[in-house]
Amino acid sequence: MTAKSIVAARPAFMPFGKTDSPRLLRALLPALSLVLVLLAIAWLNQRAISYFGFTLMLNLAIPIALATVAQMFIITGNDLDLSIGAFVGFVGCVTATWLRDTPILGTLTLLGCVGVYAALGALIYWRNLPSIVVTLGMNFVWQGLAVLLLPKPGGRAPDWLLASMSAKPPLVPFPVLAALIIAAVTYFGLMRTSYGAILRGSGGNAAAIGRAGWSLLKAKIVLYACAGLFGVLSGLSLIGITTSGDANIGNGYTLLSIAGVILGGGEFVGGRVSPIGAVIGALTLALAASPLLTFMHLPPDWQVAANGAILIVVLAARALISRREVEQ
Amino acid sequence: MTLEESDIVRLGGVEKHFGAVRALDGVDLTVRSGECLSLVGHNGAGKSTLMHILAGTVAADRGRVVIGGDEQSVYSPARAKQLGIRCVFQELSLCPNLTVAENARVFHPALTGLNWRRKAGALITSKLDEIFPGHGVGPSDLIQDLPIARRQMVEVARAFTATDEPVRLVILDEPTSSLDSHTAGQLLAFMRRAVADGISCIFISHLLGEVLQNSDRIVVMRDGRTIAADRAEAFDRNRLVATMGGSEPRPTEANASDRLARGKTRLHVRARPRQQGGSTDLVAHEGEIIGLAGLAGHGQTELLLTIFAAATRQCPGVAVNATVALVAGDRQADGIFPLWSIAENIGICSLRKLRQGALISRRLEDKLANFWRDRIKIRTPDIHNNILSLSGGNQQKALFARALGSEARIVLMDDPMRGVDIGTKLEVYDLIREEARGGRTFIWYTTETDELKKCDHVYVFRNGAIVADLARDELTEEKVIQSSFVGADPR
Repeated sequence: MTAKSIVAARPAFMPFGKTDSPRLLRALLPALSLVLVLLAIAWLNQRAISYFGFTLMLNLAIPIALATVAQMFIITGNDLDLSIGAFVGFVGCVTATWLRDTPILGTLTLLGCVGVYAALGALIYWRNLPSIVVTLGMNFVWQGLAVLLLPKPGGRAPDWLLASMSAKPPLVPFPVLAALIIAAVTYFGLMRTSYGAILRGSGGNAAAIGRAGWSLLKAKIVLYACAGLFGVLSGLSLIGITTSGDANIGNGYTLLSIAGVILGGGEFVGGRVSPIGAVIGALTLALAASPLLTFMHLPPDWQVAANGAILIVVLAARALISRREVEQ
Repeated sequence: MTLEESDIVRLGGVEKHFGAVRALDGVDLTVRSGECLSLVGHNGAGKSTLMHILAGTVAADRGRVVIGGDEQSVYSPARAKQLGIRCVFQELSLCPNLTVAENARVFHPALTGLNWRRKAGALITSKLDEIFPGHGVGPSDLIQDLPIARRQMVEVARAFTATDEPVRLVILDEPTSSLDSHTAGQLLAFMRRAVADGISCIFISHLLGEVLQNSDRIVVMRDGRTIAADRAEAFDRNRLVATMGGSEPRPTEANASDRLARGKTRLHVRARPRQQGGSTDLVAHEGEIIGLAGLAGHGQTELLLTIFAAATRQCPGVAVNATVALVAGDRQADGIFPLWSIAENIGICSLRKLRQGALISRRLEDKLANFWRDRIKIRTPDIHNNILSLSGGNQQKALFARALGSEARIVLMDDPMRGVDIGTKLEVYDLIREEARGGRTFIWYTTETDELKKCDHVYVFRNGAIVADLARDELTEEKVIQSSFVGADPR
């Protein structure tokens, strides 16, 4: 049977979409890789699999997950944000200085940051500029601003932020709870709301969205503003965990966030993204980087290489599954 | 709109230029409510541009656009939708990464609220049920997973759905070109029902039989103008072709004596579809034109792709002993390189003979492209223009030139004449026959019976397997239809 005749034989309505195995496997691949990493950690050190262990291991995963979600919004519109890392660093500096000392100025600055992202989206749409070039430029702008604001590491996170990031909810560790909330909110916003369909459609076939009478400019602005918002949240949570600021603190986040989106089943073009997958991808990368390496007694210098290896393995598996999907 | 106003659309002296190309040169067109108006003409006659102007996606340079009795000074896709004008474009305008229901939502801003998915799904499914009973499309299917025929069905159904805005005029630009005859029939029957209910349709098709049977009025376009408009009964096939300025229909069947006896020449391809149970193989000898028939999506394209793959590596059940070139059916997706010039698009399959040292010789590339431009009559002032500057039919000609210009001895064709005007078709048919006489083998998947009659031998496909094996003199439309349908799953 060809794939087409299988489709023909299917009843007309299926609430959960396709159930043919390669497709399902592909959707489950991000979760599967997370489970594998968790199993490896459990095998190396059983005590890590506990309330306290997860709180420690996944603490830094929250800002990574938020940055990944920010990147995902940009990728939804077929763009790429090379400035998200520096942006998170800048937000961190604002948080560790102005937000603590002059909360009003700090809040306004952070809101302004979201505004700048929205404006970037508008600029990229209006002038039809390549997002990579614009965000690469912004990367240096954010980094420069961060160094101006905090020339050497220091400052301190506001107390309310410190308190909220060290919350200890019953039963479920805080980072796990946070990841669930992030995934649920973005899934609902992008995949379930009626405007979310327009946003994803603008990545899939922009001309069709325009012809149906929607404003592509507005869609682009909304996507970039969402990215800015989640970038701000990422910076806030990062400083809440590390307690003090550093202009270079977010530098690794740009590539981590892109890797997280792709690991989570997203694709660079065509508006194919998965919010839940992106969060899972970010968790996988965060876990595989430091805790797993520590337990394997490997030096942290190998962290980046480990991330790369995971990415290659998972993408290879995905390519294999896709080929089976085509052949079936 | 006033109630007694019976003209939905009135265009007066509409002009549109793209650079030096005069796409529309003063078009007058009137569409009355509750009528089906057919628009025919060569590719490049300006039909698609005219429809884009009606849909608001292209602005006219000059001329009056009167819709529902009001002159539209600021006209946009959104305004067109408000006025009840819907368009099914030739290139599909669905988002492949969204589900069927989500694509319905994209079309209807009114579909909001918590249960918008259910509402959108019900809306599109009920319309699909109405137009294409037994369509097999689910509201949560992703468009990218659907074959092209089903995508077209979704697109058509979506154009007829209504929420808060009325449907008053639906423009169908080649809607049947990627449908098989069964679904095309369903669509045409629905179109007549919709017209009877007071909706107007503009129907664009190259299949003159469809046009003559299903329209109230026919307008003929040529070179950016409307040159004839009359009741459908006043036209017949010959008059239409003559008015369009196409070649007169000729006796197309080649003389039997003209053709080689089967099996006298060298064997080029022997292939067995993967789902084939019995012992029927597809066999193609040198210089033969082999037709693949059957309903769309029943394994013909897959077999072509298998043969294509088998030319370079081992494939079980397929033996190919010559070089192969493929003319893609979905030219936007698989055929053209949209950023390249016409010459580069033609030369890509022949790089070996265009080489000079390690580099591609511009001179040889131009020579090849110019040769084929003249031979196959690609209408362009300069082969260095971007491929997208050509009309759809001429793009397809460039793809033919690419395959025929290569050294490949076997040419696979995946329904390449979809949406190509009849003049172009006749030219390409002649070319195919000539090339076959020169020893090239053609394996040709087509959805049009007229084209099957040009083949030496026809294999009919059903559910991925060959169910009938017809020599030229056994071939009749009834036989093909019978083989395609008997025992087929109820679709």
